[in-house]
Amino acid sequence: MLSAIAKKVFAGKRITEKDALRLFETDDIFTLGALASHVAGKKNGVKAYFIRNRHINPTNICVNRCKFCAFSRSQGQEGAFELTIEEIIKKIGTGQNGRVRGQTASSKKSSGRQVAHHLSPITHHGISEVHIVGGLHPEWPFEHYLNMISAIKKHYPKLHIKAFTAVEIDYFSKISGRSLQDTLAALKKSGLGSMPGGGAEIFSEGIRNRLCPEKIPGARWLEVMEAAHRVGIRTNATMLYGHVESLSDRVDHLSRLRGLQDRTKGFQAFIPLAYHPKNTEIEGSYTSGIDDLKTMAASRIFLDNFDHIKAYWIMLGEKISQLALMFGADDIDGTIIEEKITHSAGALTGERLTAEQLVDLIQKAGKTAVERDSFYRTVRTFA
Amino acid sequence: MKEHTIRERTGGKEALALFREADLLSLGRWSDNIRKALHPEEICTFVVDRNINYTNVCINKCSFCAFWREEESADAYLLDKDTIFRKIEETIGLGGTQILIQGGLHPALDIFYYTSLLSSIKERFDINVHGFSPPEICFIADASDLTIRETLGMLKSAGLDSIPGGGAEILSDRVREVLSPKKIKSSRWLEVMEAAHRLGMRTTATMMFGSIETAEDIVAHLDAIRQLQDRTGGFTAFIPWSFQPGNTELGDSKPGPTSNPSYGATAVEYLRVLALSRIYLDNIENIQASWVTQGLKMAQVALRFGANDFGSTMIEENVVASAGVSYAVTMDDIINSIRSAGFVPAQRDTYYKLLRTF
Repeated sequence: MLSAIAKKVFAGKRITEKDALRLFETDDIFTLGALASHVAGKKNGVKAYFIRNRHINPTNICVNRCKFCAFSRSQGQEGAFELTIEEIIKKIGTGQNGRVRGQTASSKKSSGRQVAHHLSPITHHGISEVHIVGGLHPEWPFEHYLNMISAIKKHYPKLHIKAFTAVEIDYFSKISGRSLQDTLAALKKSGLGSMPGGGAEIFSEGIRNRLCPEKIPGARWLEVMEAAHRVGIRTNATMLYGHVESLSDRVDHLSRLRGLQDRTKGFQAFIPLAYHPKNTEIEGSYTSGIDDLKTMAASRIFLDNFDHIKAYWIMLGEKISQLALMFGADDIDGTIIEEKITHSAGALTGERLTAEQLVDLIQKAGKTAVERDSFYRTVRTFA
Repeated sequence: MKEHTIRERTGGKEALALFREADLLSLGRWSDNIRKALHPEEICTFVVDRNINYTNVCINKCSFCAFWREEESADAYLLDKDTIFRKIEETIGLGGTQILIQGGLHPALDIFYYTSLLSSIKERFDINVHGFSPPEICFIADASDLTIRETLGMLKSAGLDSIPGGGAEILSDRVREVLSPKKIKSSRWLEVMEAAHRLGMRTTATMMFGSIETAEDIVAHLDAIRQLQDRTGGFTAFIPWSFQPGNTELGDSKPGPTSNPSYGATAVEYLRVLALSRIYLDNIENIQASWVTQGLKMAQVALRFGANDFGSTMIEENVVASAGVSYAVTMDDIINSIRSAGFVPAQRDTYYKLLRTF
């Protein structure tokens, strides 16, 4: 059944949307894995990347109320927070405040030693990238974001700042009255290095209206990304799957990303994001491990113009992320240190992994671990 | 490498080569084909049971275990009969058909504690008692100056139905000498199982890997199980699971020669062992996925790497939870997980007889 698609893949030919749907529908995960590995191997050899990074969420106060989100709060609501620029600078500098992995149970025997074992000190010297995304704050002016970026850049000149999803960029443009291009150019001038791929969710209008009616439509998300690529800002792309969408909705989403990438070549990595059901309005279930691997593989095979496919371990778990390296992924994200968005919705993972742990996962999957910078240039290869 | 099917028996050397060299997806495909031949209905079973750990006092103090306590320790415990009865009553109320009763090797207990406990359970409840792994059986025998056969006979008459396969760890005395020097040796474990099978009791078999064992140790373990099964046919299922390093002496120690115990086995290693088990153990019908040690997502993937059973719903699990691994999982979660992995969920009894499908 898959042999016609396999022929195309091995010949280096583009597969159709109909082919992609077949890939999502098949139970034959072994053929999927083999095809995806073939594509990944042609693009990245046996390399699998990770980065020393840190996530920062400046605020969870958001004017949108997306139904799949457990992170956002209204102003004044219990649990709402906003970080000052000084606090952000401090967080980047210390790498502290995160919970430590493996510290759920207490034991008389060794909990003290466990902490010492896992908490390797990570300073600003240790991380090369900060990833900043947050809510759409009702009061902060656009200048606040520009100041945030330039202040970080001033304190940590070598640090790469990957910040603000297309949804935030659209919002900045609205609150500042600037065009998308001006908004993006001003951020770039302040020190913005690249953009993450969040906020894409699922482009399909029907599903999007049910999930996040206040969020910008898919077409606008793509427009922001196109504008970013045009001003020379590289970005990622994501897809939130496993909630109420159909498999055709997933293919439609991937197809629109592939179309834009054909025009701009501005996307670096595609990151399929597994939906998490806890504390959200739509609830539902976690995605299956098999679905996670199939989605990874189908995306790798279909998105022939993307260099990188990322298995985001926070959402998939360390175990499925490691397996994803055999289903087309070539990147496992990074150290992260502190994660709030997925953990608000019931993430089953910790919030940080050390570089040593990431290298171990990659090597045990039979790949060569490569620490990368924000543009996938090699920082260090682990033999 | 040639295609592996149920028709040909895999030899030890071949298994070692497969384990070392075959890529994961090929191992997966072969084990999935064998699983399909044995269980073509695409059903994945589970048993509704409760794990009752009657005591955490244990004289063995294995370095990979986070559960044991000294008798004098402040959080040492021995459950009284009423507590055990209440737990069984709750289990039956939740549709349970089995209790898994296991505990530490408590120096104050002898055969009469166990026979009295078993018969008082059987007087009150119609439930399968799956209990006492081989280290406990040997301990009871020694404490009461009985042979293994006599001990098993007495426990069986008192109401013991079947025996769990725990305590096998790795059936290599070299590894046992490091991990669990006080625990029974490999030959004793196999002797208890053989005696149980001869008395008509069914048992499971386990393997704990991901500590300091080598690939040869894993294959030798599988071979010992396969040989015994050839003689008795008494094993219902094989359950490989990986060492959980949290809060254990071993997890805190320096990396071993062949793996890094501070991380335990990764997903890739788990699936390789699982698939190899399905390929090698051609005389054992069922292979369990271990959601307790791997999480539900991995257990789902395991269904394509040779497993056909999700084990138990584990209404209560103390031993693994004490090593810092804890997945709060309900029976609905298990049913949904099996279904969303593309299989038909079915509740079974201890002997893998289907009770109801969902």
